[in-house]
Amino acid sequence: MADIKTITASASPDLSEAFRSPVSRPPTAWQKGFDVAFKNIAYAFGVGVVLLLAGIVFEVMRHAKTAIADYGFGFLSTSVWDANRAQFGILAEIVGTLYTSLLALGIGGFLGVTVALVLSQGFVPRRVELVMKNVIELLAAIPSVVYGLWGIFVLVPAVRGPSGWLNEHFGSVPFFSTRLSGPGIFPASLVLSIMILPTVTAISREAMAAVPKRLAAAAYGLGATRWEVIFRVTLPTAVGGIFGALVLGFGRALGETMALAMLVGNANVFGWSLFSPGNTLAALLANHFPEAGKVEVGALMYAAVVLMLITLAVNALGSFIMLRTTRELKGLG
Amino acid sequence: MANATMNTELAPPSGRTSFRRSFADRRTLGNSVLTGLAVALSLIAMFPLFSVLYMLLVKGGALLSPSLFSELTPGAGMDGGGIGNAVVGTLVVVGISTCLALPLGFMGAVYLAEYGGETKLATLVRFAAKVLTGLPSILAGVFAYAMVVVTTGSFSALAGGCAMAILMVPTVMLTSESALRAVPGKMKMAAFGMGATRAQTVLRIVIPTAIPGILTGVMLALARAMGETAPLLFTALFSDYWFEGKVTQPIASLSVLIYNFAGSPFEHQVALAWAASLVLVSIVLVLNVIAQVATRRPEEH
Repeated sequence: MADIKTITASASPDLSEAFRSPVSRPPTAWQKGFDVAFKNIAYAFGVGVVLLLAGIVFEVMRHAKTAIADYGFGFLSTSVWDANRAQFGILAEIVGTLYTSLLALGIGGFLGVTVALVLSQGFVPRRVELVMKNVIELLAAIPSVVYGLWGIFVLVPAVRGPSGWLNEHFGSVPFFSTRLSGPGIFPASLVLSIMILPTVTAISREAMAAVPKRLAAAAYGLGATRWEVIFRVTLPTAVGGIFGALVLGFGRALGETMALAMLVGNANVFGWSLFSPGNTLAALLANHFPEAGKVEVGALMYAAVVLMLITLAVNALGSFIMLRTTRELKGLG
Repeated sequence: MANATMNTELAPPSGRTSFRRSFADRRTLGNSVLTGLAVALSLIAMFPLFSVLYMLLVKGGALLSPSLFSELTPGAGMDGGGIGNAVVGTLVVVGISTCLALPLGFMGAVYLAEYGGETKLATLVRFAAKVLTGLPSILAGVFAYAMVVVTTGSFSALAGGCAMAILMVPTVMLTSESALRAVPGKMKMAAFGMGATRAQTVLRIVIPTAIPGILTGVMLALARAMGETAPLLFTALFSDYWFEGKVTQPIASLSVLIYNFAGSPFEHQVALAWAASLVLVSIVLVLNVIAQVATRRPEEH
């Protein structure tokens, strides 16, 4: 509105003639009122989003209050889930969440960064690049429950054979100490890695594209090969953005529910074996909430608070890293 | 031609320098091996999409027929039936959440783009929206459970819609904000110069110009909401009957149907889960294509 005032104020008084024409005249009282109302509504909805977030945190905390008081820290360090005896602990779920997410980050992160390199460093013609980019984006569009269904009927049978072989020959290694009987940690992590791959690819691709072209050009001019440029110039320069991408992908993996609820096995124990069943916080909520009684709902709310704190912390860290690296890269441009 | 003579003059005396790559050179070899590996890994990364689509077409396509959409879900061990109630249910729940999320997300975006700028409040609002994008979808379900299900005492379509709306708001808001910001400042200045108020400028100039971008955001939010399962599990629950206009009762949805039937011991229910997946993925992909087309058009002109 300041713009309008300065414009009208600086106009010469002769403009009164122009104001009478139908093309431009000062706003009527109704239009001014509408303008103020519109502005206030926009403000209210903007603040509404902040209130929504605060409301979610507050409301979940409020429902978890009794359970937090009842179970205290013991809730975080035991692994029993028995609604009949009202004994609850989520240690296995916390460890399982971190374990599956880290595995997914290892696989999906490595693949994602590689795909980002292929898509940003001129490996393939531009047209192929565009097609590949769209395919990777479509990976993110498939609903997670469909990945779960696919995992049960395609991935688990496919992994079962190799898991038996690994168990037979390398059974002494803790990671292969059991064979896959049905759902398990490894197939769940594999699906999880597919789901975080598009996130990692998109963000780290942006970071690589933001590396000033002349840095790479200078290295090429000195006679470096393509991969020497990638390892010594592109990746070190974009490392902040790639790290941010990995952290945000990790955040996604921590909160992912359906694929895990269908594939991780819903077992309240934790084992190092990749082929043993386990559980995660989100899967615990999905499996127990629909039929939970009042006491169990309290415990589940406590678990939800733990999940919320972990994901919020990881996401905040990721966003913070992204913010800092974009600032740093601006200096290089 | 002058260049050619220059080159021979500058070449080292031996004259044997070649710019042709030789695989005997370790650097060239390593470079090619890594390139091959990277391209192969990229193809592996894309494989799951094709595997999923193939399975959907083979397993889900087998059951595709008009009766699939006109009949109710069958009970355990029964043959026949369809997924009609789930299709309707998904549309109802997503409809409710769109009605709730659009005004909030859209007006929030107008605030950010037109009034907030870089003020502290706007930064806080933007931060809240970003945090909401990263919120695990199941926590939206937990919140809706605490707010609606506990208060009203029953699982309901309304609770499902509320949970879903929380997931749609940040997508709508952040994409709309960037669409609104992309409108050239000159157009706004022209409107102000004509004596338009800011509200008039936003409603008649900025929003109509930004519509394609906003549409993209809405489509992406819809596509995401359609496939969400976790927030519906204990808010909308499921129902084996048609939606009868009461939003205070549990309601079926495609995604929860897939979840319930995927673990079913009855082959026919598993087959229906595949058919429902095919329908769901088709809807989601169409929404994604619309989202892409909506923003691509203005760039071509």
